[in-house]
Amino acid sequence: MNPILQTRDLWKAFGGLIVTKNVNLSLARGGRHALIGPNGAGKTTLINQLTGVLRPSSGSVWLDGEDITRTAPNDRVYRGLSRTFQINTLFPRLTPLEAVASAMCVRERKKLNVFKRRVLKVSRRSGLIDEAYALLELLNLGKDCLVETHTLAYGKQRLLEMALALAAKPKVLLLDEPAAGVPEGESDELFEVLNHLPKEISILLIEHDMNLVFNFADRITVLVNGEELVTGTPAEIAEDPRVREVYLGKGH
Amino acid sequence: MSENAALASRHLVYLRRLESWKPAEIVFWLLLVAVYFAFPTSLVFASQILITGIFAMSLDIILGYAGIVTLGHAAFFGIGAYTAGLLAAHGWHDPFLGLLAAGVAAGIAGYLSSFLLSRGSDLTRLMITLGIGLLLFEIANSAASITGGVDGLQGVEIGKLFGVFSFGLYGRTAYLYVLGVAFLLFAFTRSMMLSPYGLALRSMRENKTRALAIGIPITAVLTDIYTIAAVIAGIAGALLTQTTQFVGIDVLSFQRSADLMVMLIIGGTATMYGGFIGAAAFLLVQNALSDVNPQYWQFFLGILLIIMTLYLRGGILGGLGKLSGLVGSRRNKERP
Amino acid sequence: MLSILGVIFDGLAYGSLLFVISVGLSITLGLMGFNNLAHGVFAMAGGYLLVTLMSKAGIGFLPALPIVFCAVALGSLVLERTLYRPLYKSTPLIQVLLSVGIIFVTTAGANFIFGSGQQPVQVPEWLTGQYSVLGLDLSRYRLFLMLVVAGITLGLIFGLERTRFGAKIRASVDNQRMAESMGIRVERVFQLTFALGSGLAGLGGALGVDVLGLDPNFAIKYLVYFLLVVVVGGPGSVLGTLLAALLLGVADVAGKYYVPEMGAFIIYAAMIILLLLFPHGLLGRRNAK
Repeated sequence: MNPILQTRDLWKAFGGLIVTKNVNLSLARGGRHALIGPNGAGKTTLINQLTGVLRPSSGSVWLDGEDITRTAPNDRVYRGLSRTFQINTLFPRLTPLEAVASAMCVRERKKLNVFKRRVLKVSRRSGLIDEAYALLELLNLGKDCLVETHTLAYGKQRLLEMALALAAKPKVLLLDEPAAGVPEGESDELFEVLNHLPKEISILLIEHDMNLVFNFADRITVLVNGEELVTGTPAEIAEDPRVREVYLGKGH
Repeated sequence: MSENAALASRHLVYLRRLESWKPAEIVFWLLLVAVYFAFPTSLVFASQILITGIFAMSLDIILGYAGIVTLGHAAFFGIGAYTAGLLAAHGWHDPFLGLLAAGVAAGIAGYLSSFLLSRGSDLTRLMITLGIGLLLFEIANSAASITGGVDGLQGVEIGKLFGVFSFGLYGRTAYLYVLGVAFLLFAFTRSMMLSPYGLALRSMRENKTRALAIGIPITAVLTDIYTIAAVIAGIAGALLTQTTQFVGIDVLSFQRSADLMVMLIIGGTATMYGGFIGAAAFLLVQNALSDVNPQYWQFFLGILLIIMTLYLRGGILGGLGKLSGLVGSRRNKERP
Repeated sequence: MLSILGVIFDGLAYGSLLFVISVGLSITLGLMGFNNLAHGVFAMAGGYLLVTLMSKAGIGFLPALPIVFCAVALGSLVLERTLYRPLYKSTPLIQVLLSVGIIFVTTAGANFIFGSGQQPVQVPEWLTGQYSVLGLDLSRYRLFLMLVVAGITLGLIFGLERTRFGAKIRASVDNQRMAESMGIRVERVFQLTFALGSGLAGLGGALGVDVLGLDPNFAIKYLVYFLLVVVVGGPGSVLGTLLAALLLGVADVAGKYYVPEMGAFIIYAAMIILLLLFPHGLLGRRNAK
């Protein structure tokens, strides 16, 4: 078992408030791992520690066998860790094509010399632009790729959110509530997209939409008050009485 | 599949069209050359406008493209001005040497001060930039024996351009000199903004969190761009010194930083030309009104600012861009 | 030794003036995050109003002070409604530009109405001169100033800590969204606080005519100082503003006294250093919106 993403004894405290308690998460290669739990369980805080925006109080984060606990957030992206945000965090006045191209340029930056990076126009990178367009096409955003992001409908923005994370050709994708705000009827399109994500990408997913979770994940971890309650297959989780208590007990 | 390929290349073509020199741009630069012939007695003033335009463009880089609000940009202008002035006053008269030295000096200052900007809130940053500007002003004031203090630096003699053309009283050589430098700096900045680097800058401006999340090294880029903007501002300052053969302490003043920001807003940010348009508009109107009554100028400027912030966004170029797709304002471009 | 005490005394008096003027800016900045660089305009208005009341309406110094406070407070509400309110959600740049515009208009206006010179003010007889304390000559006016400011400070702290309105202010500064969801009408709180802060600024300006001077460039000249005090002290914190104001007041006076060639150098250097050490101000907290 050689997990591609792993936390070891991860702890995070803000003063007296402990938000992450001894979390040992393991994401298998090619896996679809869901992280669920009631509000305030510390799921987004965990993602922030994985991406490097938050520094853990103790413990470590490992990506593909390397300790990235001290690595800067932008370097983690370069090493193959990408994330989406629960609330659309996009570039309002850039077009989707520009946004995705931007992400791809960053990915390529170490391969270019200073001249190419700073002087040659973006449009010269025709291969890259084609790739950006192809990615957008894949997510049904091809038609809208040249309008400013802030004019797009919410659902489309949600897809762009995903596109930006995929542009980096990540090894690991962290999805923070991709279905957030998407009405019941439209979540099918989203589910389609998720299902078609390449097997080479390992995915960690935070979600509240149980339908999505149980249909998509091959492994589920339940997080309560910053601590792992239980980890197992969807079937195991569905039958676990403690999980039911956590959800039903809180009136879910 | 081939339909998609056709679509993709259509977008490439479209992007290329966006990035190419527009007819209006070419007309703009030709007009500036025409000024040399059309207004031979106002060339000194015209040089001032161009120099201020370069200065405003350097502010646009950090304000319009990278999104940093600063009230102390005059610091770099002043450092450049004094460097060129001191160099000339102490025996090194070659104008290009002055430009080079000014750029380097301002660049170093920009690089060092960029480290002060990485911490704290927007307001903290604003105050630090303001503080640096004011600090430098006070230093220049106190070190009057070197800088000439309030009276200004005298004895600035500029040598011949290329060893051949001397800077005469009517400012003819000066104007072409400034125009040449302006164009070079402009072309450099333009290509930088259209490159992947420029795209990263705009991404940072639009959403810092997301920019970080797609892998842009924000702090490094900010330091970098701040330094570049400082270099350009320094060169503008040097140009002023060289064309007026004088350095007044107001090159470092808060007034200059504030006026500059107003000019840029009037002209419109992130369009590459906003600085020039804004500088021209500002200086031309100021020239006209100051003769009447300097009080009126300030009052008028204040009213203009209030109206603009409340009702008009995007400045002159933004407004024009909305009316017609003439100038390359990227704000309103839609799919063809 | 004596001169040090004298410098400290003057510095504290100067600092207390800075505090009275700036505290309103600190609270409104912490409350709404609105970058109002024009706050000095209220102080300037207070100064000019005092001078006008005393010379044209024959009102005495002390009675004029509360009138100035109320007038500026009310006037600021008009400004808030017409100019500031539409821009609350706007970018810092736009807010800065608006306030710069307001400064320009009022400076030009003051120049036009009052002329460009310094305004003299007739401080009442019993406040002139000095008390001799332990061999030091302490200016009576400055003593009076510090007493008044001490009183205001106590009043503010009491008001913030003990009254319901004060609790609402503190809640709104701490977390606006939370406060709203608890039923606090943050916008109302803001308006009243804004008026209070501006009124205090006007009062400070009036009290300070003798110490800070008064001319049409007042708002611009002292802009940096007010901002400095607020940012160093930490937006939203009364005690922070007080601490910063007193510190910077003493630093400035000391600097100008001991190293006059350096002028305002000291205060700017001090500000930069303090901001680097405390990026969110001495006592500031991150405003959670």
